[in-house]
Amino acid sequence: MSAVTQGQAAPRSSIFNDPKFRSTAIQVLLVLAIGWFAWRIVHNTQINLHNRNISSGFQFLWSTAGFGVNQALISYSETSSYGRALLVGLLNTLLVAGVGILFATLLGFTLGIMRLSRNWLVAKVAEIYVEIVRNIPLLLQIFVWYATVLKPLPAPARAPQIGLPWPGGGFIIMAAVLGGGAWLLRGLYQRTQSVVMRVVATLLLFFAAWTAIGVVREFGLSTINFVPLGIFLSNRGIMFPRPIFGESMWIELAALVVGIVLALGVARWARRRQEQTGQQFPTLWVSLGLILGLPLIVFLTAGAGATFEFPELKGFNFRGGMTLIPEFLALVIALSTYTASFIAEIVRAGIQAVSHGQTEAAHALGVRPGVTLRLVVIPQAMRVIIPPLASQYLNLTKNSSLAVAIGYPDLVAMGGTVLNQTGQAIEIIAIWMVVYLSLSLMTSAFMNWFNSRMRLVER
Amino acid sequence: MSTLSPSVAWVRDEEAPRLPPPPNMTGIAGWIGANMFPNWYNGVLSVLFLLFIAMVVANLIDWALLKAVFVADDRTACVASPEGACWAYVRAKFAQWIYGFYPIDQRWRVNLAFLLGIGGLIPMLIPRIPYKRETVLYLLFIFPIATLILLTGGHFQFSAATWISVLVSLLIFAAIMLALSFGAGLLARGAALKIVGIVAAVVIAIMIILSVDFGLNPVETSQWGGLLVTLVVAITGIVASLPLGILLALGRRSDMPAVRVFSVVFIEVWRGVPLITVLFMASVMLPLFLPAGVNFDKLLRCLIGVALFSSAYMAEVVRGGLQAIPKGQYEAANALGLTYWQSMGLIILPQALKIVIPGIVNNFISLFKDTTLVSIIGLFDLLGIVQSGFQDPKWASPQTGASGYFAAAVLFWMFCFLMSRYSMFMERRLTTTHRR
Amino acid sequence: MKRELLSVAIGAAASLLVASSAVAGTLDDVKKKGFLQCGVSQGLIGFSVADEQNNWTGLDVDFCRAIASAIFNDPKAVKFTPLSAKERFTALQSGEIDVLSRNTTWTMSRDTSLGLKFAGVMYYDGQGFMVNPAALKQKTGVDVKSAADLNGASVCTQTGTTTELNLADYFRSKNMTYEVVAFEKNEEVLKAYQEGRCDAYTTDQSGLYAEKLKLPDPAAHVVLPEIISKEPLGPLVRQGDDAWFNIVKWTYFALLNAEELGVTQANVEEQKSSTNPEVKRLLGGEGDFGKGVGLENDWVVRIVKGTGNYGEIFERNVGESSNLKIARGKNALWNKGGLQYAPPVR
Repeated sequence: MSAVTQGQAAPRSSIFNDPKFRSTAIQVLLVLAIGWFAWRIVHNTQINLHNRNISSGFQFLWSTAGFGVNQALISYSETSSYGRALLVGLLNTLLVAGVGILFATLLGFTLGIMRLSRNWLVAKVAEIYVEIVRNIPLLLQIFVWYATVLKPLPAPARAPQIGLPWPGGGFIIMAAVLGGGAWLLRGLYQRTQSVVMRVVATLLLFFAAWTAIGVVREFGLSTINFVPLGIFLSNRGIMFPRPIFGESMWIELAALVVGIVLALGVARWARRRQEQTGQQFPTLWVSLGLILGLPLIVFLTAGAGATFEFPELKGFNFRGGMTLIPEFLALVIALSTYTASFIAEIVRAGIQAVSHGQTEAAHALGVRPGVTLRLVVIPQAMRVIIPPLASQYLNLTKNSSLAVAIGYPDLVAMGGTVLNQTGQAIEIIAIWMVVYLSLSLMTSAFMNWFNSRMRLVER
Repeated sequence: MSTLSPSVAWVRDEEAPRLPPPPNMTGIAGWIGANMFPNWYNGVLSVLFLLFIAMVVANLIDWALLKAVFVADDRTACVASPEGACWAYVRAKFAQWIYGFYPIDQRWRVNLAFLLGIGGLIPMLIPRIPYKRETVLYLLFIFPIATLILLTGGHFQFSAATWISVLVSLLIFAAIMLALSFGAGLLARGAALKIVGIVAAVVIAIMIILSVDFGLNPVETSQWGGLLVTLVVAITGIVASLPLGILLALGRRSDMPAVRVFSVVFIEVWRGVPLITVLFMASVMLPLFLPAGVNFDKLLRCLIGVALFSSAYMAEVVRGGLQAIPKGQYEAANALGLTYWQSMGLIILPQALKIVIPGIVNNFISLFKDTTLVSIIGLFDLLGIVQSGFQDPKWASPQTGASGYFAAAVLFWMFCFLMSRYSMFMERRLTTTHRR
Repeated sequence: MKRELLSVAIGAAASLLVASSAVAGTLDDVKKKGFLQCGVSQGLIGFSVADEQNNWTGLDVDFCRAIASAIFNDPKAVKFTPLSAKERFTALQSGEIDVLSRNTTWTMSRDTSLGLKFAGVMYYDGQGFMVNPAALKQKTGVDVKSAADLNGASVCTQTGTTTELNLADYFRSKNMTYEVVAFEKNEEVLKAYQEGRCDAYTTDQSGLYAEKLKLPDPAAHVVLPEIISKEPLGPLVRQGDDAWFNIVKWTYFALLNAEELGVTQANVEEQKSSTNPEVKRLLGGEGDFGKGVGLENDWVVRIVKGTGNYGEIFERNVGESSNLKIARGKNALWNKGGLQYAPPVR
């Protein structure tokens, strides 16, 4: 310590004591060190590449790939270029991430709300789910899902056709039994507090439903019919019809766009009117009518804009149509169930973060519980939920790179194949990094935008 | 008419007898009524969920216990029971899951290393046990070196060039420190000499200890595997990322633009890319960066990648801690005339690091789960070795894969769950001390 | 004083820069280390496979042992580095290993543009298909007798190999459609094939025979007769070290010459006193051929004592006396109808 004071007592002229000089010197040193390090790496790499006869640069992207891919959203063949192969991989990544995010959000919000349920069983099941799923490595879960998805699926020749469920004759009987039973049950719950009575009555409802199914079957009535859609499920994946767009397609697309624009306008107008006059307007139904109705009218007047090419079984596999391979299914299930466990915790924390006073205040004003949830709790919870939610979405996108483990041709898997065929390690890894970095930058840009918007709404 | 006058108000002067609560509100029945059958739709839901749970549990018991094969020498018994787990397989392979292909007669070294680690971790993790500083020093210096020697066999033969470059680096370090104290007067001379002396002594001592021949057979890293590799990767990752992460977090909050920009770019780049690309980079691209003739072991390359990757995440955790320290603490440290490193080292970091312990543990959990990815680049971590075991024709049966995955999942789950509980325990403990 | 310290620091930094770029010849390096570092595959029955005690066996492994015997007179002076298809070339290029003996196909681009050199063809292979005909017949009604029946099939393969490209070429040239399912690791390919994800499994035929043994019901699976590509598998070394290249190349030739002249592990001591001039030259009784490549003159004696000749290595690892039971076929000596031909020692 004494030496330090001595040093400071030394003539003030020493520029080492000038904070400005010191910070400049440190920064210059840092830049020099990084520069030297970078130069060493570049230099070594150049020497190594030269020794190995590897030409650097991105010219290889235009040469012929020569290998096949089993899921391509854009047309691709063995004669396509490496660049196109990478694009196929990128689109596959975006597809699996997009679908995964959709299902993860649905499942995650459901679980998050379940965890807050006043029903102890429901809350406990959600909690156990979250604790199990988020504490097991994702890669292990992907392998398990891949094994379980693949095993029970039939070979293409025995692939069942997936249909649109449609109520059959027996459905009315079932609905009547269940509806009546539920009505009776509700009455009983209102009349008695006795737990035994309630449990017995609830079990009776299940028993009634069970018998109803038996009776309906006995009379040969079907409860649910399936309208065939030309979609098949086998261990080669999901095959579904490929739309082939005709000439009038653009009119239908235009109608759709017009419908969306009109719906947005209506929503704006309705909101302003409600703010001024308090009168409500059925925005949801009108918007749905506009968005779906306009293209429907065009479809009915101008004829079908698209025809469909249906998958057909020929020999080993289906021909024609479009395919989502089983690897895709396994990956989507694994990614969305895994990420859902994190989203559930975010949703729970977000809803719990809304002060109870808010709910009580709303109730005091006479607002009904459902409306309270929709207009008071959720908007405030969303402000807490969305930023971590966005980073979970980003995690899911990054985790989709584990596709390489089960052979789903995503960006990393395709890049790996190209890397093996060409030896262009640096270029491929650079492409990977650029793609994932821009995805993550876009996410943080969205988060910043959202945060600033939320702040504006608040004041 | 009556002696009782109706005009006299009746006042109760003793407490009414306390009635027991209605039977529907107490005991198990009351609890069930309130939590499972409060209204008709919750009642229906409860029955649905009960049916679901019963189905899952029954199937699980059936598969894992009733129809399972516990003892067998090969696959015949497991093939005969195609609907039950094949635990005999797990038993036969379990040692390999822990040690990988580590020579059987040398496995005591792995056990000893595990024991050394547990011996350091227990006093570290239990807040009540004193001597925290000594434990940390043990865990950061003695334990890694002892483990390194135990696992590899020690007896590293450093070339003359290595010795020269280490000595030269030490000389440069000494020169910088001495320049700072004698030339610039930023450091007490005694302190500078002391620091130089300690660093030089420690580095040279480590080099000498590593090159001593303890008579242990060398074991190559390609023979390591299973839980051993999983733990080596996860622990090295977290230990190496701690100092790096602290520096990066300080750099990100620095006033110096060059330092800040560097830290932000470093952190965001590593956080923006998936770990698997980092691992591919470490296994394919790192050799290109090194001068000809210099190369690293595959495991070491992977460790470097993991350490850099997790240091970016660690930096964000530490930054959270730094931000949580009230500004008054920074200002008070400045007011006392402490230098930057003094105020950070003595005031800010001790508080910040304490707050972020749960964050560090959570980081460790995700790193522990992420170590499974090293199996994709061909290292045999726990998951990798479990998977490679499925290939054994001696044990091929319909349930071999499911049993292996299930057992591995349980192992991973136990580690992660215990750690997450510990992190929650620390969180609660830390928040109460702050509320005081 | 400040200036002095500064110059010391700069000098030290400069010395660090220089201190890492002197590469000696590979033979000298190997001799100094005392063992050969050999890159092999991560587990392919018959070619390179490790048991639980990490003892390596196989055709590729024995070739490395032969080199070690030639140098050290000790077939055990080898350390093996298991490598994936993706890592193999980088490992050799960076000097992590001294020789890559990992069923690697000799192609023009690999020979000319990777900075590597093929030293010979240890095994003439070709890509084939494996199917389970009974299961396919039952599932799809297609009776698969040859690869031409595979129109529309799903084919499992390992990514990052020439296999993937040959597969695409074959189906394109036959105007057939197919679905490729490519995995990173061999075990995943086999698992997917077992689970019925694919109708056929394609890789080098030797590999098919090896993988077949890992299936629970090997007898049900058939390797189809077609060979759709030429796959000469051989060891590689780095370009630019001709002395080392010669040692590896001539170890291979020595194995062939030993077989051709009937020198075996059992009779090599007797053969030393043979009067046949060719045998004498081979075993170092005449001339300085061993010294010529930087080894001792009894180098072939050491090799044959260590591992046996080519025929013995083949028989032991992949031939009739092994589980694989692969016939010599193209890998027989040239005078027995095969392609294995070595220049004479002269």
